[in-house]
Parts: sequence; C-alpha cells; structure tokens
Amino acid sequence: MFSEGMLLLVGKGFLETLYMTIVSTVMAYVIGLPVGMLLAVTDKEGIRPSPTINRTVGGIVNVLRSVPFIILLVAVMPITRLITGTSLGSSATVVPLVIAAAPFVARLVESSAKEVDRGVIEASLSMGASTMEVVCKVLLPEAKPSLIVGAAIATTTILSYSAMSGFVGGGGLGNIAINYGYYRSQTDIMLVMVAILVLIVQVIQEIGNFISNKCDKRIR
Amino acid sequence: MSTIPTVEIRNLNKTFGTGDNAVVALDNINLSIYQGEIFGIIGLSGAGKSTLVRCINLLEKPTTGSVLFEGVDITNFTDNQLRKVRQSIGMIFQSFNLLMQRNALDNVCFPLELVGMPRKEAKERAKELLKTVGLADKEKAYPAQLSGGQKQRVAIARALATNPKVLLCDEATSALDPTTTQSILALLKELNKKLGLTIIIITHEMKVIEQICNRVAIIANSRIEEIGTVDEVFRHPKTLAAKKLIFPKGEYVESISSGGKCLRLVFDGSSADRPIIANMVLKCGAPVSIVFANTKNIDGQIFGHMIIKLPDDEEVFRKITTYLEIENITYSEEKDYV
Repeated sequence: MFSEGMLLLVGKGFLETLYMTIVSTVMAYVIGLPVGMLLAVTDKEGIRPSPTINRTVGGIVNVLRSVPFIILLVAVMPITRLITGTSLGSSATVVPLVIAAAPFVARLVESSAKEVDRGVIEASLSMGASTMEVVCKVLLPEAKPSLIVGAAIATTTILSYSAMSGFVGGGGLGNIAINYGYYRSQTDIMLVMVAILVLIVQVIQEIGNFISNKCDKRIR
Repeated sequence: MSTIPTVEIRNLNKTFGTGDNAVVALDNINLSIYQGEIFGIIGLSGAGKSTLVRCINLLEKPTTGSVLFEGVDITNFTDNQLRKVRQSIGMIFQSFNLLMQRNALDNVCFPLELVGMPRKEAKERAKELLKTVGLADKEKAYPAQLSGGQKQRVAIARALATNPKVLLCDEATSALDPTTTQSILALLKELNKKLGLTIIIITHEMKVIEQICNRVAIIANSRIEEIGTVDEVFRHPKTLAAKKLIFPKGEYVESISSGGKCLRLVFDGSSADRPIIANMVLKCGAPVSIVFANTKNIDGQIFGHMIIKLPDDEEVFRKITTYLEIENITYSEEKDYV
C-alpha cells in the first residue's frame, strides 16, 4: 500500500500540517494573547473594569467561537483569497484557522490570567504598578505555567482543525486522509493518517505539560 | 511628633453597592497618625478595618471624605500621581502576596523595577534589604520553598525597597504561629526604631496591639469606637466594643453577678509587690470574690488585671472604692461586660 510516491506524499502532508499548525498557532496568539488580557483586565473583577469594552470584545469572541469551523472555512473564503490570493492549499488554510483559533486562544489566556491570585495583583498596585506593568510583570509571568498548558491545548485544537480543512482543499495529513482514505475508500491510509495525527497530539501535549511543570516555581 | 500628621483621614465614609443593596463599610472615620508611630487598628472581622487600610493608599476609593498624606490631600489624585504616592506607602498582607514565579531577591527587586532603578543597583539594594530582614541566605529561594515567617520577611523587605515613610500591615501576622508572630513583630519594631518608619497595623488580635503599638483605634460596626494610647485604652476601656476586644474571654455581668457589683482593677508594676487585695479585704471587712485575673505585657510593661465581685452592700462598695483610690489603683465599675 505504501509506494515510494505515497511515502513522499505523506511526508509532504506531515510538513504541511506542521506548517499550518505552527503558523496558525503563532498568529492566533499574536491576536488572542492581547485580546485575552484585555478581557481579563476589563472584567468587573479585573484591575480596570470596563463593562462596555468587556461585553463588546467578549461578544465578538463568542460569536466567532460559536460558528462551526467547517462553515467558517467556507464563509471566510473571500477574505482568504484577498489575503493569500488563493483558497486552496495550506497557506490558504491558515487564514480561517487563525480566525477560528484566535477567539479560542483569547478565552484560554483570559482564564489563565484570572487564575493569578488577586492578592498578588493588589500588592503590585500597592507598590505603584500601572495597569500595563501589572499585565506585563505580574499577570503574564505569574500565569506562565497555565499559559503554556493552554498553548498546548490550543495547538492540538488547531491541528485537528487543520485536518478538517482537507475537506475544502486545504493541505496536510487531513487532506490525504480525506482524498485517499475517504473518497477512494483506502481505509488503511486513513487509519495511518489518523494515527500520525494522534501521535502529534500526544507529543505536543506532553511537551506542553513538561515545559509547564519545568517553569512552574510553585512546585517544591 | 511633628504637627502635620503623616496620614490623616477626614470624615471618611465608604459604602459598597447602591440603593437597597448598599452596605456601609466605614462610617465617618477621623484619624491622624504621626511620623514614627506604631498605630494599631483593631476590630473583629467585618468591622471594616481592611477597607480602612485600603483607603489609606486608595486601593479603595472613599465614597466621601478625604485622605491626606503628609498634609497633602491625595483623595482625588490622578492614577499617575497616586502611583508616586504609593511608592512612599509600603504594604504587607496576611497572605504575603509574593510573586510565586520570582525568587526572593527578584521579589524585592520588583518595586525597584517599577521605579526604574537599574538592574544592578536594584539587586544590590535588594540584597541589603534581605540581609536587614535576616534572609541573606535565601536570595535564590522561591516563595514555595519558604516558611510563612520567611515569606512575610521577604514581603517586608519588598515593601521597604522604595524607602517608604509608612508601612501598612493588613493582618500581617494572622496567618503565622505565635513564635513566628513574635519574631515578625520584633522585626517591625526594630524597623520602626531604626528607620523612624511609621507603621499602621490592622489586626483582630489584641496581643499584637499590646506588644508593639503606641496608639490604637478600636473599630466596630464600621465606626471608630475608641481611640487613644494603648495604655490608656487598656486601663479605661470605655466602650463595650473595646472591652470585648481587650478581654475576649469575658462574660456579661448578669451571667455572673447576682446583685453584687463588679469592679475591674488594673495594677501596673508599681503595685505588684503590695498585697492590695488581701489588705482591702482586711481593711474594709468585706469578702470579695475574684472572678477573673491575668497579666498582660503591654509594650514591655507588665499589667495585672482582675475582676472582683463585691457583696451587695452600698457601704462596702464605698469603702472599697475609697481604699482603691488611696492605694492609687485604677478601677472601674463594670455594668455590662467584664
């Protein structure tokens, strides 16, 4: 079943999947990290409560999160074409992936930031820290272990989304699983693709947990 | 004492919530705390003392009234101005509130980073401060590796980093065992003496007040019920709230007294070696029963404290009070709570 051509194809698919996942995760964090912090800071229990900002941003996040990814994939095609010039292939998939993942990341970041002990934040304010200093010097470093675990969750979610994009012509392992495994009924190929995806998820999760534990100074 | 208080609170009110759900946390508070004082604010939980201390550095905004720092009204300061003022007001907490992902040294460096001190200089200063609080060997330890007392020492070093004029202590010893509490209080006293640091202590433990405070305000039901030197408030507690705090193991008079009057006697060191009670019984020819007796150490001075019940006889009562006045013993008749 695995001819040399097939092996090359799988290798290419693997790299494409990694490429989509990594680029999308990074970009989702570029957007999601500040948005998540904004949500945590403007919360009514936050250091700068602002119901207007919190509800507006939170509303947008909720709307984007409730659209099923497969619909989002199709719906944002015009935007994808505008940005990448095409709606096919792995680079094109990055656009809907980021749009779907950024709000998810924002919520993950928000929840990590809210885990930081209120007393520590109060202590920082009592020492004269500004809002920005609290975010950069207290919330982010203190939430780091939790943020890293969140990043592992986000990465694996993005990975599985990227596989879904195979349906609409995105690249990667998902595409191979659908084109060869599903449409051509080559169940073995589909299973192998799924197995590789499972393996990647395991590895990412383990790495995430390891780094999180390693950098968490609360332990011992 | 200088004439301008370091911290002054004028007609301060704080209400949480609005309308029907409004809860009054502080009701018309007036306080002046002077440079070099160790000022205690004592009250039971829910009395409003934590809100009060947070109003001093404006972590809580008063609903009405004003807070003055060194004679300047800071109530309506902008955020930027407030940040400057807060660098002159250190604060420590019951739960220490150290940055868990930073080691002891970097925790002490934190406020120095906020004022923009160069990293190298900040480290030097932090090292010095850790030495002051007796933790020179714990620079690299993370808070999770330190005991409660050590964490509070790091917190004190951190609070002192920017050379504040005032140190606010919010139940700073409440999470510590008695021995550790002693050592932290001794450290605070030493800093007060050495640096002339004004210290404001919030606590629900009379022991803390007795041990290091010069003056005390008793807060109950959101109001200041009583204020004065520790010695004075201890000798003549005027309000029920004060008595309950000073004598937490006390009881209501009606539960122990059937007719006879109760007297509270306070002996200081000068009367300790005289047989006051024995002589009183002999001279007045009346039996008294001792309801309660103990000794307290207030700011290094030993005070004896005793509740006696007298026979139900006006003549005996007059004799005994006259005798006590001659012997110069502080006494007060207690009608509600002893």
